[in-house]
Amino acid sequence: MSEVKNILLAGVGGQGILLASEVISEVMLMAGLDVKKNEIHGMSQRGGSVVSHVRYGEKVYSSIIPEGEVDILFSFELLETCRYLPLLRKDGQVVVNNWKISPPGVARGAQEYPENLVENIQQQFPSSKIVDGLNLALAAGNPKTVNTVLIGALSNILSFDRALWVTAMEKMIPQRLLDVNMKAFELGRGEA
Amino acid sequence: MKKTLLSGNEAIARGAYEAGALVACAYPGTPSTEILENIIQYEEIDSSWAPNEKVALEVGIGASFGGARVLVTMKHVGVNVAADPLFTLSYTGVNGGLVLVVADDPELHSSQNEQDSRNYAKFSKVPMFEPADSHEALEYTKLAFELSEQFDTPVFLRSTTRISHSKSVVELTERSTDIQQPKLERNPAKYVMLPGNARKLHYVVEQRTLDLEEWSCKQPFNRIEKGAGEVGVITSGVSYQYVKETLPDADVLKIGMVWPLPKQLIRDFASKYETLYVIEELDPFIEEQVRAMGIDVIGKDKLSICGELTPGRVKQQLFDQEIPTEDVSAELPQRPPSMCPGCPHRGVFYELKKAKAYVTGDIGCYTLGFMPPLSAMDTCICMGASVGMATGISKVLSAEEQRKVVGVIGDSTFLHTGVNGLMDMVYNKSTATLIILDNRITAMTGRQENPTSGYQLNKKEAPRVDMEQLCRAVGVEHVTILDPYDLAKTKEVIRTEMAREEVSVIITTRPCMLVPRDNEIPRPPLFVDNDKCTGCRACLQIGCPAITWDPKLKKSVVDKIICTGCDVCKQTCKFDAFQECGDK
Repeated sequence: MSEVKNILLAGVGGQGILLASEVISEVMLMAGLDVKKNEIHGMSQRGGSVVSHVRYGEKVYSSIIPEGEVDILFSFELLETCRYLPLLRKDGQVVVNNWKISPPGVARGAQEYPENLVENIQQQFPSSKIVDGLNLALAAGNPKTVNTVLIGALSNILSFDRALWVTAMEKMIPQRLLDVNMKAFELGRGEA
Repeated sequence: MKKTLLSGNEAIARGAYEAGALVACAYPGTPSTEILENIIQYEEIDSSWAPNEKVALEVGIGASFGGARVLVTMKHVGVNVAADPLFTLSYTGVNGGLVLVVADDPELHSSQNEQDSRNYAKFSKVPMFEPADSHEALEYTKLAFELSEQFDTPVFLRSTTRISHSKSVVELTERSTDIQQPKLERNPAKYVMLPGNARKLHYVVEQRTLDLEEWSCKQPFNRIEKGAGEVGVITSGVSYQYVKETLPDADVLKIGMVWPLPKQLIRDFASKYETLYVIEELDPFIEEQVRAMGIDVIGKDKLSICGELTPGRVKQQLFDQEIPTEDVSAELPQRPPSMCPGCPHRGVFYELKKAKAYVTGDIGCYTLGFMPPLSAMDTCICMGASVGMATGISKVLSAEEQRKVVGVIGDSTFLHTGVNGLMDMVYNKSTATLIILDNRITAMTGRQENPTSGYQLNKKEAPRVDMEQLCRAVGVEHVTILDPYDLAKTKEVIRTEMAREEVSVIITTRPCMLVPRDNEIPRPPLFVDNDKCTGCRACLQIGCPAITWDPKLKKSVVDKIICTGCDVCKQTCKFDAFQECGDK
């Protein structure tokens, strides 16, 4: 692999995006690649928009993905997905959780949550994977495993051994939550 | 050597450990906070939160004079607070190596200004390293300790948000054992900065800078990377990565120590190119010095002084290339941060707005009281400013308007630099009201312990500052303790104290919702009884993320997964529509 690949994670503070980007980065490191990841902590964690950049390849310089060079937009919420669609390459891919979280203006009735977001995403990027994260997480046995379901879905379109994902999760996820997360991962892999 | 992924902050903590540091001290501040949070894993290091950055640096200076290697960390604006000891420390120099980490925040991701701390290096005459990734953050931290002792000077390590919060690959080594052991050593000519001693040391400092400049020209951290030989670029820190990304064929002089600059190296490099760029974030710090050497460069005539750089912005600003940006159209509602469900600050701002208070605010989660629908903050300048500003604005207003002035500050910020303002309030007989939102944690930066929390950085128990007694001790007669979940009481207390023509302090008692140890038995979440809800939207005025307006139903809906049962919404409802889950 000579060129650098770019994954942009997007969602809302509290959805487990930072853990997901940790797992992905660990997989790349174990695969013997150079990896950089980047995100903003602090104010944005109070329920605001969150993005995390993951870049991997033989040699990575910038930890910020150059604008317009996102290969995969890996997103945990529909509105946040649409915000970052312009940063994708034309042949880029979207893996998105079919889930809506109202921003504050929508919650208090001052704005409307936009309609037809899934259609919009699929129209622009026909190879998009729409994942039913919550139902698969419930099927796994814990609604909080949505991010692991999504990692499973992502793992399916990246060419890394399944064993690397399992090892990375064993490293990052507390022992008592490992079984349910492994189940969530498998369900996500089946979905994509 | 073990390869691992570390953030810049984790790498700095590791660097201090490998360098044999014995003491680490800081006040939390984004993006620097995680350095100390990571350093507690190294039991050999005595690490602690100080109440502010000045105290943190002074603790560091003491430990250094005692002979230990010491790491002090802060965000960019923290250096403003610590500047007083810093400038004189530059004269005394150190005993054990002292490294001061300053983390800048270009783009103001979580800050009130965008100041460029490299100016402090030049101003205080303290050398400064600037790493470009986590590997360099670790290596430069170790190097900084060595340099500190070799040249008898404190040393800055400057990070930025994109260095501190990016992870990249590093290799770990063992902790150094080849360090001096602390012991008392009297040397008043070096450590007592009376004019007679300091006057002599100023000459030493100037010579030190000349020596460092000459020395740094030959060091590998200032290096030239050959490209196609046509275009030259001088750069440092994170900007280096963007240069490699966007100008892969350029010859690059990568500067690892940004002050003092390796002038001879720069002269030799610059002489080879007709087109020479200086690519740096924020101020034209390197550029101005290069221009002062009589070398013409392309820099801030093209690159913006405001905001951070990105690979795309370098292309856009230098070569007028169009770049895509995230979709900011109005159809996609913005998602700003907001106070958490159950946040004890919410009801206070709700009542301040209704009382038409003019709120001098401060730095913390409660700065979000500025956001709609609460919209109840009128000023926010710096840590502790709410108190002095309330006094100041009251001085110039009519008696009627004076009653509207309320300062609002959190516990950690009050102890940081607010308490001095309160002394002034009492001493100079201000009539303003001060509300201390005491949630017993430094919440905004990620819930760090402080002298009101009852715990130290390492979670060991500690005495707790008694806020009420502290306020009374500085002379405040009217101190009211308030449960901010009780809206009727909150309204009454705020209005009574605003009307009082003497200084008064209100202290709220509820802990941060995100600190489970301080919270009593969880309360049941609420739900909206659709038969009772009239769709009046009164409850939406508290801006709780757990309450959403359903436009089809034309009623409010509670998300019971995130509702904490604080009951503040229930108290805004005239129709008794909010019920506890489990009631029915």
